[in-house]
Amino acid sequence: MPDTGYLIAAVATAVAVTWALRALPFAALAPLRSSPLVAYLNTAMPVGVMVILAVYTLRSFNPHVPDRAWPTALALAFTVAVHLWRRNVLLSILGGTAVHVALASTLFVH
Amino acid sequence: MGLGAFPMGVAFGVLVVHSGLHWWWASVFSGFIYAGSLEFLFLGLVLAAAPLASVAVTAFLVNFRHVFYALSFPLHRVRGRLGKGYSTFALSDEAYAVTTGEAAQSFSSRRVLWLQGFIHLYWAGGATTGALLGSVIPAQITGLDFAVTALFTVLAIDAFRARRDIPIPLLALACALVGRFAFPGQMLPAAFAIFTAGLLTRYAWTRRERAHA
Repeated sequence: MPDTGYLIAAVATAVAVTWALRALPFAALAPLRSSPLVAYLNTAMPVGVMVILAVYTLRSFNPHVPDRAWPTALALAFTVAVHLWRRNVLLSILGGTAVHVALASTLFVH
Repeated sequence: MGLGAFPMGVAFGVLVVHSGLHWWWASVFSGFIYAGSLEFLFLGLVLAAAPLASVAVTAFLVNFRHVFYALSFPLHRVRGRLGKGYSTFALSDEAYAVTTGEAAQSFSSRRVLWLQGFIHLYWAGGATTGALLGSVIPAQITGLDFAVTALFTVLAIDAFRARRDIPIPLLALACALVGRFAFPGQMLPAAFAIFTAGLLTRYAWTRRERAHA
């Protein structure tokens, strides 16, 4: 088990790097706000970032491990369908997660 | 919207306790680091007693995307040094996502800070709840981590609806897959770098076409 001193140092390291990445660009990017390139990146970036992060969370998806792949595929389809239908963020997330937990814990238990 | 952070936090808290750490480490990790996808990786690193340099490099790569959040996040609406300090500290993916709309550019200082505070609380509260429940939840109940996937999927759909430009999500999907299969150890930085390069190329291309027209 890692000792407390090490854990505190590790948390401090992660906080320092994360906060720097979040705060420093405001100083560097602020003068660029009026540039058309920055305006383009600003409108194009969000959807791409979300798609990449969604795929990133699925990086261990493996169709050759059906007990894990089926719950993921079905819950993902359910989440997308419910979201296109009801357009309610919370409902889609909780519903999709509930379907995943139910399938992974019962039918597809490994 | 930020409520999605709660079930993710619960999943994280359960993992912290199931890995053998005290429940309050879940509150410390989620309250201070406050960067969902990094925390799941962070937990693996500290359990393996990874050197602090590895923790720093991982934090840098996983959270490098936050650099772009400065482009549209309405920090200019937030007043006071303390307010701006907290606002940059709590600029998580979820906080960025709820402020990407045009409407957020005219939010009041109070509204931006309360929004961020609530998402922070949902995440840290979820993690603490999960850690406390962790010993009660039987090990057979699995799959809570899907909340993270559901969150980003739903946010991607909403971001697409805001600006129905099909090539951009397709480019992002291609970049994510290239990152996943060509650079499996560095998927996130690789995918973001290629995606950014792709957007810059497309921008230069459309400008040249306009100049010719």
